[in-house]
Amino acid sequence: MTDSARSTHPDPARRRWMAVLARAEADRIAKLLAHCGNLPAHTIIRGPEGGLVMVRGRAGGGGSAFNLGEMTVTRCTVRTETGFIGHAYVAGREERRAELAALVDALMQDNDRNTEVETRVITPLERQQMERKAERASNAAATRVQFFAMQTMRT
Amino acid sequence: MAYVAVKGGEKAIDNAHAWLARERRGDTVHPVLSVAQIEEQLGRSVDRVMAEGSLYDRELAALAIKQAQGDLIEAAFLIRAYRTTLPRFAHSRPVETAAMRIERRVSAVFKDLPGGQVLGPTYDYTHRLLDFSLLDDEAVAPATRSPHPLEPMPRVPDILGQEGLIEPDTSAEQEPGDLTREPLTFPADRDVRLQALARGDEGFILGLGYSTQRGYGGSHPFAGEIRMGEVSVEIEPAELGFSIDIGDLVLTECQMVNQFKGSKTVPPQFTRGYGLIFGFGERKAMSMALVDRAMRAGELGEDVTAPAQNIEFVLYHSDNIEATGFVEHLKLPHYVDFQSELQNVRRMRESAA
Repeated sequence: MTDSARSTHPDPARRRWMAVLARAEADRIAKLLAHCGNLPAHTIIRGPEGGLVMVRGRAGGGGSAFNLGEMTVTRCTVRTETGFIGHAYVAGREERRAELAALVDALMQDNDRNTEVETRVITPLERQQMERKAERASNAAATRVQFFAMQTMRT
Repeated sequence: MAYVAVKGGEKAIDNAHAWLARERRGDTVHPVLSVAQIEEQLGRSVDRVMAEGSLYDRELAALAIKQAQGDLIEAAFLIRAYRTTLPRFAHSRPVETAAMRIERRVSAVFKDLPGGQVLGPTYDYTHRLLDFSLLDDEAVAPATRSPHPLEPMPRVPDILGQEGLIEPDTSAEQEPGDLTREPLTFPADRDVRLQALARGDEGFILGLGYSTQRGYGGSHPFAGEIRMGEVSVEIEPAELGFSIDIGDLVLTECQMVNQFKGSKTVPPQFTRGYGLIFGFGERKAMSMALVDRAMRAGELGEDVTAPAQNIEFVLYHSDNIEATGFVEHLKLPHYVDFQSELQNVRRMRESAA
């Protein structure tokens, strides 16, 4: 998403935590959730079920859309006994991850729990993801070519 | 065409498949190959199967490679068959390759472009000598990290576009065609052509791209930019009513820049061919961009003379699943067809005698 589109998003905070959850491993979410005290019971409204998303690109990178190919996606919707409905669409075929992501999405909408779940789950997950990204970017930066000026080499 | 119903092969088929399973496993003195090992250590095979299977899922592609004993076209076939069993939830917003988290980015037209030349994990500049240290479980050098962060990397067409020397992207806000839903029809627009090229056979697209360089519909290409890295995918589920980010894909993009003489209405400028594919597949992305540009010959008022410029020829033959199906069907029983041909030849000989 471009910066201009992001600024007009109706719920940027939720968009952020859903993006973090979509990239997190199930075991890691479960482990972090265990530090959040007693969680409300939840029932599954839909899924977790596997399916596809057709990924689109743009001709030339910025022109008309075209269908590039599909990717596997798993979705899940849960309702907590406290009445919050959480959704998840996550890349891949891991059902447990989709269910945990939907549960955390529901918990994050609860103002009584939001701060704790943010601190104990979302923030550490996001930090880990940022570290991975920074590491890859740093590996890439190490392969940036530093040109020498040929004229100075001849003299 | 007629096939004759054949019965009686069941036992032979069962035994053939059982033998295939043993051949796939190989000698059991060696440990079994895990799908995770294929995913991690045969990444370029995984990328190719995802591209030609037209389904991004690294684990499934690795599984298909294992099942197909490394036959990548057979693996892509398995992936295409699997995808038909799944419902489609949504289509994504077009991915923003300008915002790609770059792992490789090179340009053959500007040495000192903003963001620089970033080589990434490339085979370029290797000596193509067999590395016998790989016969053993060799140690890998630790990662080299740069203290300098990557700088923003504008796309090369945008750099050239500032002077108006290159054709701009034009966007029609219409639903793109989808080869998985509607059969191919002609004339085929660029959206469908790009989809077909993205899932087409790498060898076929490479050969066609090569043919344009050797004079069959040449268009003087320069690799304006090649970039590879992760992009996020966004969808807008109806139940949410806003866009969400569902994860990352690795893509390779190629912007080929081509000479163009201009026409009565358009001044001389550079035109472009475009390549975008799943995974790290530079050879395929570059070939795709060459063939995309070649297929635009008619649109740009150039003579359509060469195979790569012939849209029907390219699109009807680029899909290796369709091609393998039709070529390999020849091995199925054609006993009745052949009997009638045999009678024909005998009859012609008799009447000639």
